[in-house]
Amino acid sequence: MLRRLFSYMGKYRKYAVLAMICITAEGILELLVPLIMADLVDIGVASGDTSYIYMKGMQMAVCAVIALILGIGSARFAALAGQGLGAELRRAEYERLQQYSFSNIDHFRTSSLVTRLTSDVTNIQNAVSMGMRPFCRGPVMLVAATGIAFSINHTLAIVFFIALPVLGVALFIITMKVRPLYSRMQGAIDTVNRIIQENLTAIRIVKACVRGDYEIAKFEEGNQNLRTESETAFRLAALNMPAMQFVMYGTILGILLYGGKLMRVGNMQVGDLTGFLSYVLQILNSLMMISNVFLLMTRSVASGVRIMEVIDEKIDITDEKAQDRKVERGEISFEHVWFKYKKEAKEYVLSDINLHIEAGQTVGIIGQTGAAKSTLVQLIPRLYEAEQGVVKVDGIPVQEYPMEHLRDAIAMVLQKNTLFSGSLLSNLKWGREDATMEEVEEVCRIACVDEFFQRLPKGYDTEMGQGGVNVSGGQKQRICIARALLKKPKVLILDDSTSAVDTATEKKIRERLQQYLPSMTKIIIAQRISSVRSADQIVILDDGKISDIGSHEELLERSEIYQQIYESQKEGVEL
Amino acid sequence: MAQYRISGYKRPKNTKKTLLHLLSYLGHHKWLFLLVGFLVCVSTGANLLGTYLLKPVINRFILPGDLKGLLEAVCGMGVMYLCGALATLGYSQLMIKSAQTVVQEIRSDLFAHVQKLPLSYFDGHTHGELMSRFTNDVDTVQEAMNNSFAMIIQSFLTLTGTVVMMMVLSIRLSLIVIVFLAFMFAFIRFNGSRSRKYFRRQQEELGRINGFVEEMMAGQKVEKVFNHEKKDFENFCILNENLRRESTNALAYTGMQVPTVVSLSYLNYAVSACAGGLFALAGLMDLGSLASYLVYVRQSAMPLNQFTQQVNLLMTALAGAERIFDLMEAEPEEDEGDVTLCYVKEENGKLTESAERTGLFAWKAAEDTLIPLKGDVRFHDVVFGYVPEKKVLNGISLYAKPGQKIAFVGSTGAGKTTIINLVNRFYEIQSGTITYDGIDIRRIRKDDLRHSLAMVIQETHLFTGTIADNIRYGKLDATDEEVREAARIANADSFIRRLPDGYDTMLYGDGGNLSQGQRQLLAIARAAVARPPVLILDEATSSVDTRTERLIEKGMDAIMEGRTVFVIAHRLSTVRNSKAIMVLERGEIIERGDHESLLEQKGRYYQLYTGQFELE
Repeated sequence: MLRRLFSYMGKYRKYAVLAMICITAEGILELLVPLIMADLVDIGVASGDTSYIYMKGMQMAVCAVIALILGIGSARFAALAGQGLGAELRRAEYERLQQYSFSNIDHFRTSSLVTRLTSDVTNIQNAVSMGMRPFCRGPVMLVAATGIAFSINHTLAIVFFIALPVLGVALFIITMKVRPLYSRMQGAIDTVNRIIQENLTAIRIVKACVRGDYEIAKFEEGNQNLRTESETAFRLAALNMPAMQFVMYGTILGILLYGGKLMRVGNMQVGDLTGFLSYVLQILNSLMMISNVFLLMTRSVASGVRIMEVIDEKIDITDEKAQDRKVERGEISFEHVWFKYKKEAKEYVLSDINLHIEAGQTVGIIGQTGAAKSTLVQLIPRLYEAEQGVVKVDGIPVQEYPMEHLRDAIAMVLQKNTLFSGSLLSNLKWGREDATMEEVEEVCRIACVDEFFQRLPKGYDTEMGQGGVNVSGGQKQRICIARALLKKPKVLILDDSTSAVDTATEKKIRERLQQYLPSMTKIIIAQRISSVRSADQIVILDDGKISDIGSHEELLERSEIYQQIYESQKEGVEL
Repeated sequence: MAQYRISGYKRPKNTKKTLLHLLSYLGHHKWLFLLVGFLVCVSTGANLLGTYLLKPVINRFILPGDLKGLLEAVCGMGVMYLCGALATLGYSQLMIKSAQTVVQEIRSDLFAHVQKLPLSYFDGHTHGELMSRFTNDVDTVQEAMNNSFAMIIQSFLTLTGTVVMMMVLSIRLSLIVIVFLAFMFAFIRFNGSRSRKYFRRQQEELGRINGFVEEMMAGQKVEKVFNHEKKDFENFCILNENLRRESTNALAYTGMQVPTVVSLSYLNYAVSACAGGLFALAGLMDLGSLASYLVYVRQSAMPLNQFTQQVNLLMTALAGAERIFDLMEAEPEEDEGDVTLCYVKEENGKLTESAERTGLFAWKAAEDTLIPLKGDVRFHDVVFGYVPEKKVLNGISLYAKPGQKIAFVGSTGAGKTTIINLVNRFYEIQSGTITYDGIDIRRIRKDDLRHSLAMVIQETHLFTGTIADNIRYGKLDATDEEVREAARIANADSFIRRLPDGYDTMLYGDGGNLSQGQRQLLAIARAAVARPPVLILDEATSSVDTRTERLIEKGMDAIMEGRTVFVIAHRLSTVRNSKAIMVLERGEIIERGDHESLLEQKGRYYQLYTGQFELE
């Protein structure tokens, strides 16, 4: 897992190496300083050589200055490496996300994708930036101090041979046991956050239904669970410190006792004993450091897993079978198409759809809520993939077009549409970056954007704000239609996208589409009969099946569903 | 864990007040915290004393070769060390336990308080903002409680102890150390403020990238349809690079602190060693004292480092705590009502209160009079604005008698939803009165008032749980059969039965795969299961096709027989057969009447109906 994460470091790897070198060198200097000091005291002071004292003092000062430079360097390099890794991970995730199909997106939740791109990555990059120092220093200190301790007195090192494995094993066990506890804690945190999030977004419902107490009880349950889980995890992790102290104190006592014995036999000097003592403490300290890094890593591994899930998600719609071709005319046919959103689902959302649409035709689709109208049209630009059967454009299965060309040729105005922050013009140009001003004006005329254009404070430069809050629903829908038209598509799909537009304007848009873009295939999903009655053919969907196809008159004659819909709207406008 | 460092480095505005408030939480566990403090002292003391005792033990027992004495001394030290280590074990465990308890209490209080806040509070604060109180801010407090409390005491004691020891060994030499410590402290302060600057910038960049990602995720389907992936990826890369640059700076400066202080301490060490050596040569100091003095010099940097770091963390935590307490101090919804709702039964024409769920309700005033709940709602000259200066409703008067269906039609911003929000007191009116069965709604306890009204609002929200759970939200003790019945009335039964697990299908994340129309059907089922005396439908069927809508209407009319219904809709077919239709414009009722009479008036309603006018 960690190795995979680090493989994303890429060009920042050199900074990681530099940081490690700096930290290691700094660690060695740190070990050197006491040795120089010992010379200063033992030789300089003992022999009364002032210039020797000054020289050694200078040496130490030089070491300190070098260590300072190395320290600042290591901090910068570690930050570069850690934040670089973070940036690369975010990039890789985002890049992958761009390839996701709708069903891939549906698999994760939007809010969860945002967290995976932001706070999870932050966790990892900070763990690297901050963990690097102890991670490199620990082993350096461990090895160097062990060497020196041995060189001082290898008999006494026996004490240390007992202490080291004891502490090592204890820390290992703690780290291993804590790991699953941390991931359970993370789960508990997620649950609590979810409860809060849902409560906040649905606060009106909660208040209207007077469910405050119920929500509090629900929250309490999650909260209690989180407390238990985090207490267990943290308490275990907190054992690190006392375990370290037990071993450290034991070692000190052991060395004193054993050392005292050795010294009586005359095998040891008192200076050696104190020196040995301080090195052994150094060793145990570095072990502690290493285990702390592991604990830090453990917590970031959970984030790593979540990031990798995004990267590893199998993309189910690809350009595998594509050949280099473009949509020429815009003829569409569905041949025995079956579809469901999830493989596990029992019933199909669309069953045995057979439909043929000639290029340039206008087709209306009508049917009750949940009849799978949107699902049907989303198969055309391959937003979802049919499970059985084929969807063909110009007689060629959609899979054989490169996705980019297919979607360029098929413009779709979604039911739940979004405008992005930026000006009106930049939103329109989403359709085509290099569109000229004349083209923009033309599509605005067709989509009847020109009717309210005068009322926009800054014309094309009017800020649309997040989600387009500055325009009303009907205006937004018209902008979205204009945006789609700018693509100069062969096929235009309007998925209930004139619902907030008044009937008179809607009619105008329909007429202009017919007049200016006669060769474009138009598919219109609508609630209102008036929106589809002039279509060449009207498809009635019922429970995912085609119930009937025909013209307005034919259907009025023979389709019961159509008659009912008509009845329910009859007193409406006669057009 | 690392998040607090990101959100942090903001100083609390009113440290003292926040600290006191936080301490009041700790106050519930006063003895526990005192015990922790005591154990920390024991543990630190044992550590310091141990180092101090090394010299006498070596001098007195090891050098003369007194093994028996050594054994005794080691035993004594052993006991002391054991106490120290046990104290560490004790305080670290107790600290976590009490920290978690306090954090749990804070979270509970916070959540419970949020439930009491008026809707206007939620209007003025984004969800993300409130959410971050629960996540980031509570996290910083937890992190500080877990570690900082004990560490601050410990490092402070160690620092003081070390300085005192050095002064004991040599007052003059310790001056050097004190000067250096002052230097280090100054550096830490300076570096802290510098890295805070970069952290702020990093925070801004992080906010920018979050905003971008959120917008793109929300508009992802549009992005795909428009082949806009490449362009967005480029934009993302720019933001990503900016964030990387700023956060590298921020972390480089923070990361610099420890190595710099350590290096300064070497310099300190070097100067002290030279000076000490010269002192020793001059006979001002013996060799042994010099050696142990230098050990202390070496030890002095770390506790200073730790102390300042922990104080920084504590400050961050206090800033977090301040934001938490601010939210807790936000004014809750007023509720001075004393009229409550109760079940009644009718015996020989007289109403008496009943403990059973009779299906008949009455208002119970303080003086024990029972007024049967009918659903008669009247507005008398009501004036309201979300902000006092800007009136949204200007002198609205209307009445809805039991059994009537009242509809509101008008442009966005005309005040339709506002009227509804006043009936259930989501907001408080500025002047005029609203009565409910003749009682001023301000006299009715809010919970009871809202119990008597069921609302289906424009945005549907579903909770994680099964479909059945979501419908049951309207009436928690509804039986399975009641749930199904409600779903049938809402015309949701057929699509629910086609879901993978029917009524037991789990919904995650606000109902993921359901279409807008299906979600609305569930919301209607939720209201249907509650069987309220008054029903409010605010654009409840805007995404439902007209045929299904007609079926729902029939079902709802049946269960709302004799009860009051308010309907708000864009689509005129939805409101057509209402008893009274009010056309609203700019906070005033400009036309009222039933469908036919309004058409005859040939006014705004007529224009709307014939498609000459667009409702926005």
